[in-house]
Amino acid sequence: MGVDFIQFSLTPILIGVLASVACALPGNFLILRQQALLGDAVSHVVFPGIVMGFLVSGTVSATPMVMGAISAAIIAVVCIEIIKRFGRIDPGAAMGITFSSLFASGVIALEQSDTTTVHLDVEHALMGNLESLIWYEANGWHSLIEPASLAQLPHELNRLALVCIIILVLLFIFWRPLKISTFDEYFARTTGLPTITISLCLTMISTISAVTAFDAVGCIIVIAMFICPPATARLITNRLYFQVWWSVGFASLSAVLGYILAGYGPLWLGVENSVSAAGMIATISGFILGLACLFGQYRARTNCS
Amino acid sequence: MLINVALNLTARDERAMNNYNRSKSALTVLDLTVSYSGKTALFSVDANFPIESMSAIIGPNGAGKSSFLKAVLNITPSLSGKVKIFDMSLKQAREHIAYVPQRTSIDWDFPASVLDVVKMGLYRELGLFGWLTTAHLKAAYEALDRVGMANLANRQIGQLSGGQQQRVFLARALIQNAKLYLLDEPFAGVDAATERIMIDVLKELKTNCKSIICVHHDLATVRSYFDHVFFINIEKVAEGPTASTFTPENLRTTYGERLAATHIEQLHPDASVITA
Repeated sequence: MGVDFIQFSLTPILIGVLASVACALPGNFLILRQQALLGDAVSHVVFPGIVMGFLVSGTVSATPMVMGAISAAIIAVVCIEIIKRFGRIDPGAAMGITFSSLFASGVIALEQSDTTTVHLDVEHALMGNLESLIWYEANGWHSLIEPASLAQLPHELNRLALVCIIILVLLFIFWRPLKISTFDEYFARTTGLPTITISLCLTMISTISAVTAFDAVGCIIVIAMFICPPATARLITNRLYFQVWWSVGFASLSAVLGYILAGYGPLWLGVENSVSAAGMIATISGFILGLACLFGQYRARTNCS
Repeated sequence: MLINVALNLTARDERAMNNYNRSKSALTVLDLTVSYSGKTALFSVDANFPIESMSAIIGPNGAGKSSFLKAVLNITPSLSGKVKIFDMSLKQAREHIAYVPQRTSIDWDFPASVLDVVKMGLYRELGLFGWLTTAHLKAAYEALDRVGMANLANRQIGQLSGGQQQRVFLARALIQNAKLYLLDEPFAGVDAATERIMIDVLKELKTNCKSIICVHHDLATVRSYFDHVFFINIEKVAEGPTASTFTPENLRTTYGERLAATHIEQLHPDASVITA
């Protein structure tokens, strides 16, 4: 646990944790609103958007990519609406068609363009580049209090931390309206709550989480973290408040455990190469969910009526 | 796409509106039309529900009973229509309204306790950050006690029976301390004990000068529960005091000849005379 850890492992672990938490927090409400696949959807749509942003701007900087991601999300929503209306296909299928074809178009666009000089390829989109988000400037624990080194932290870390803080603050402020409108939309409307606005804001926050996390860790973690930690937490508790905190705990646990296992697990088994951290983090989150399904306190909680 | 068309009231409509005895009216509706993806759910419905009484909205399946309540409360959009509650607009009257949706409209697997659900009824009073005082908690337990659920306050809502779920919804409405209670099929699929408790609570509310409007499906209990009935089948069929309005003729017009026949036989032993 020395310089190596600070330089090569600390920031990827932190980024993994923050990305997981940023997705798990809105995921709690998406699952309760039966919109769990939104994270899946957004992360697929984001990919062609990011590619287009890159192709237009020629850089991998954040602004054009986020702009591209947002416009892709809007295009996707319009496409889904059109397919639903004119194709007479149910909403779920319309979403599936849109997302897979948009993702595929992103793959083709990327293939046709010259991206040899930058870190942008299909594998990157799926797995992210967590392992490469290292802290070059750090040379020991004291770097944590040196402004010069801190200024060189990977910008993904700062962005994700900001997103997490924003989500936590919004959750704190709008906890009651969010809870009431998620539980009973009709009742919420009669008490004067703007349920449509609340729903839109939740979708927007989820999109921001997904785009930010996607940029840092790829879509596998995004998809897993929108669903697995909240679903695990739901099996542990019967109270929404505790569920949200449990989901943060499970998301962090998956990220830390997944990163360590990916890096050191193969070594322990006597194999030289490490495995993909993003893949391992997502697998661990699924594994924890599996354990909760088997042993969770409230796994059989309803007397189906 | 449904477009919310603001209704321009003509002078004639305004007069018609005034002709309803305003001071005696809990809910007045004029020319309410609702359509879902091209299918008309309600067509130009006028209605007037008296104050401090128990009213039933009656009609066959798909007659637009629930749509009527939802459109009145602006939960779903309407194509046209004007709604007055205690002679106020919906926005002004919100604090006086408690709505009990159909039990089946929500997911009872939601991570909340019985007490959590009742506390949701305090939102308008508490707002985003209002502190939940012991007085609020006491009120919540009192509301639960009135529906016989105080001992289950900490139970997960998914573990309740249908009747108990319905009573939790009623408790949440009670704590809102409203003047007008709108209930959507409150007696659907509940046990006899729950029905007894709920009708006692509702009648007590009426005695305390509250107005109650229920979407109701059980014709056998209309006479004993309600003092005002409103027949609807897409369009308004009839409305008035139960004694004079709950007649075989109105049942027949609302439900159609064949469907009404079975009901009428049960309700009126002398129905054969009337039909003949």
